[in-house]
Amino acid sequence: MKIHINHGRIIDPANDIDRIGSVYIKGGKIVSVTDEPAGFKPDTVINAENQIVCPGFIDLSTRLRDMGHSRKATFKSEVRAAAAAGVTTLCLQPDTVPVIDTTAVVELIKELAEKADYPQIYVIAALTQKLEGTELSSMLSLKQAGCIAVGNANRPVKNLLILRRAMEYAASHDLLLMFRPNDFWLGNNGCAHEGVIATRYGLPSIPEAAETIALAQCLELAELTGCRVHFGQLSCKRSVIKIHQAKKYGLKVSADVAIHQLHLTENDMKPFDSAYHVLPPLRTEEDRQYLRRGLAIGTINSICSDHQPHDLDAKLGAFPETEPGMSSLENLLPLMLKLVTRHAITLNQGIACLSANPARVLRLNSGALTPGFSADVCIFDPELDWQINAENWKSQGVNTPFWGQTLKGRVTHTLQAGKIIHRL
Amino acid sequence: MTDNLQLNTEGKLKHFLTIEGLSKSLLTEILDTAESFAGMSEHQVKKVPLLRGKTIVNLFFENSTRTRTTFELAATRLSADVINMNIATSATSKGESLLDTIRNLEAMFVDMFVVRHALSGAAHFIAQQTAPHISVINAGDGQHAHPTQAMLDMFTIRQLKPDFSSLRVAIIGDILHSRVARSEIQALNTLGAAEVRVIAPKTLLPAHVESLGVNVSHNLTEGLKDIDVVMMLRLQKERMSSALLPSESEYFKCFGLTEEKLKIAKPDAIVMHPGPINRGVEIDSKVADGPQSVILKQVSNGIAVRMAIMAMAMQTAAPAPGRSGGMHTIPGDRHADSIPGDKSGVA
Repeated sequence: MKIHINHGRIIDPANDIDRIGSVYIKGGKIVSVTDEPAGFKPDTVINAENQIVCPGFIDLSTRLRDMGHSRKATFKSEVRAAAAAGVTTLCLQPDTVPVIDTTAVVELIKELAEKADYPQIYVIAALTQKLEGTELSSMLSLKQAGCIAVGNANRPVKNLLILRRAMEYAASHDLLLMFRPNDFWLGNNGCAHEGVIATRYGLPSIPEAAETIALAQCLELAELTGCRVHFGQLSCKRSVIKIHQAKKYGLKVSADVAIHQLHLTENDMKPFDSAYHVLPPLRTEEDRQYLRRGLAIGTINSICSDHQPHDLDAKLGAFPETEPGMSSLENLLPLMLKLVTRHAITLNQGIACLSANPARVLRLNSGALTPGFSADVCIFDPELDWQINAENWKSQGVNTPFWGQTLKGRVTHTLQAGKIIHRL
Repeated sequence: MTDNLQLNTEGKLKHFLTIEGLSKSLLTEILDTAESFAGMSEHQVKKVPLLRGKTIVNLFFENSTRTRTTFELAATRLSADVINMNIATSATSKGESLLDTIRNLEAMFVDMFVVRHALSGAAHFIAQQTAPHISVINAGDGQHAHPTQAMLDMFTIRQLKPDFSSLRVAIIGDILHSRVARSEIQALNTLGAAEVRVIAPKTLLPAHVESLGVNVSHNLTEGLKDIDVVMMLRLQKERMSSALLPSESEYFKCFGLTEEKLKIAKPDAIVMHPGPINRGVEIDSKVADGPQSVILKQVSNGIAVRMAIMAMAMQTAAPAPGRSGGMHTIPGDRHADSIPGDKSGVA
C-alpha cells in the first residue's frame, strides 16, 4: 500500500521540518518527505490542504480498562478513541484488573491489543507485585515479555528502601521508571487541592508537598541508583522548579503533564461536580502558569492524556467517594492547540510534546517523519470546530468536564504503520 | 459562587444544603419565620397543620441523637409524617449505593429528605439526583456544611444580641473538620457580623482559612479579647490518634474555655456549643452550665428553626415580610409581639 499525502503543512519537530509539502508512504514506512521518490505510484492520495501533517501522537499514560474493568471501557472502544485523537502509540498504566505484574497478564494484554489491531500499545509493568509497594515484580521477565517501562501507577511505594531497591533492580536491566510522585501519608486520602476551594467545600485535601516531597525523594534515589526516571502527571509549580533544578544539576530525568492540568484549576470546579475529580488534583492558577512555562522551556517535555474512562456509576456519588480521572484522549489535540492560541507554547513545541519528545522518553524509533520510520502520521485541521457530544465522542467514558463544549482542532486522518486507522 | 441548586426559579428556598450563596434577606426570612414558630413549644397543642399529609424521611448515614430528634420534633409539629432511617446500620452496609437508597425511598412517595452523611457533598448529590418535587435538607455533610445548625445559632444570637453588625464572634477548636464552623462563618459573614475570628492550633485549621472571611489566632487568651459570642466546637477523640494534637489535657490547657479565660471576652459575652459537649476537654463544666452559656437554648431553638426551614422549603410557609409579620395563619401563633432578645419563646 502506497500513500501520498499532499498539500499539507508538514510539521516534524524532530527533523526540524515545517513546510507545505508531501509525505510518501510505502510498506508501512515513511519513504520520503517532500521529495517524490522515483516512480512512486500511490494507491491512495490524501489531500491535506489547509491541514497539518505531523507524526502520530504518543501518549505516555493511558488506561484502556477492559478485563476486570470492561464495564468502564474496552480496548475496542478506547482504541477507536485513540485513533480519532491522532494517537498511534500509547503506554498502558499497570493498574489494570488484574494488575500487570506477571508475564501472563502481559500476554493477555498483547492478545487484546492484537485484536484491537491499532494503535501500537506498550505496557508499563508494575514496579511492585500487585502494585502493593512491598515486593519487587519480575521486572526482567516483564521486560523480556515486551514491557517498555516499569511504574507503580497511582499507588504508593510507602517504604523508601523498597523504592530504592526497585530502582536499583530496574537500573540493572536498563528499565525506565515512570513515576507519579505522591506521598501516601501527606496525600491523606484527599480528593482536592489543599487550597481555598477544598477549604470552602470541606473536601479532604492534598497539599503540593505530597507531590514535591515524593518527587524530591525519587530524584535523590535516581542519583543514588542510576535509574532512569520519567516523572508523570506533574501538577504544581514547585515540581516544575524541582525538575528544572535536577536537570540543571545533570540528572537524566524527564517529565510530563496531563493535558487537563494545563487548562483547569481548582477554581473551575463546579461545586461537588465529580467530573473534576482527578489525581493529582486541579491546583491553582499559579501552578497552571508554571506548568505551561515548564513546557515552553522544555523542563516538562511531554503532554499525556492520562486518559481514565469511567462508567457512569463511578462518578455518581458524593465527591470524595467518586473515582478520580477524566476521559481525555480525544481532548488531547484541541486542548494542545488552545495552548498555542493562548501563546503558551508554539505549535512546533506542542506537536513535539505529543510525538518526538515522548518517543525520546521511551527510546522509540518513532515520533518523527524520518524515512525508514514506521508511517505513524496524524493529519488534523487546526480550524475545525467540533462539539464534545455523544455523536462525536468515541471513548466509552464520558467523564469529561468539557462535555458539551465546542473545541477547535480535529484529527481528520490517523495512519499507523501506513494503515489508515481513522478517517473523519 | 452561588449555589442556585438551592433556590427555585422564583428565588425561593427549594433545598437547604449550605449557607453559601443565600442572601441576607433569605437568612433573615428564615430567622423571622422561626421566630413565629418559637412560641409554639409552650402551647398545649404543639402542632400546626402546615405539612399535613407530607412525608419526611430522616436519612441519617451517620449517627446523631440531637439533630435527628429536633428534626423529628420539628416535622411532627408541622404535622408531617416522619420516617427515621438509620442507614449507618442499614442498606448501604449491604452494598447498596447512595443513589439506590434514594431511588427506593422516592418510590415510596416521600416529599422531603433530611440527610446526614459522612462525606462532603452528599446532600448536594442527592438534591441533584432526586425527583423534582422532593426537597433536601442538609443535616450535616462530611466537613462541608451544617446549615440548620448555623441558622439555629444565628437565631439564638439574634434573640440575645440583635445587631449583627456590632458583633465579634470567636469560633474555637477543630475548624478543619467542622462542617458547623464553615456554615457558621458563612452565616455570620452574610448577616454582616463585625468580625469572625477562628482560634485553633494550625493542625486544626484548614489551608487558607482566611479565605473564608475570618481572622486567625492561635492563642485563646489573645483571641478572646473584645469577643461578644464564643462558639466552642466539639473535639473528636480521633484527633489525638491522628497526631493532630498531643493530648486532651494539653488541648484543654491551651484552648479549653474556663471561667478565667471567659473573663477576657466582653462581660456580656455568650457561650455556645453545637454539642455534644466534652466536659473538661474543650469546655469547663462551670462555663458550660454557667450564666453565660446558651447551649441548651440552642437545642430548643433547633426545633423552631428547623420547622421554619422545612416549611419554607416545602413552599407552604407564608412569606414573612419582617420581624413582626408572617405566619398569621398559624393557629396559636404568638409571634407577633415577640421582641429581639426575648427569652420567653424558649421552653
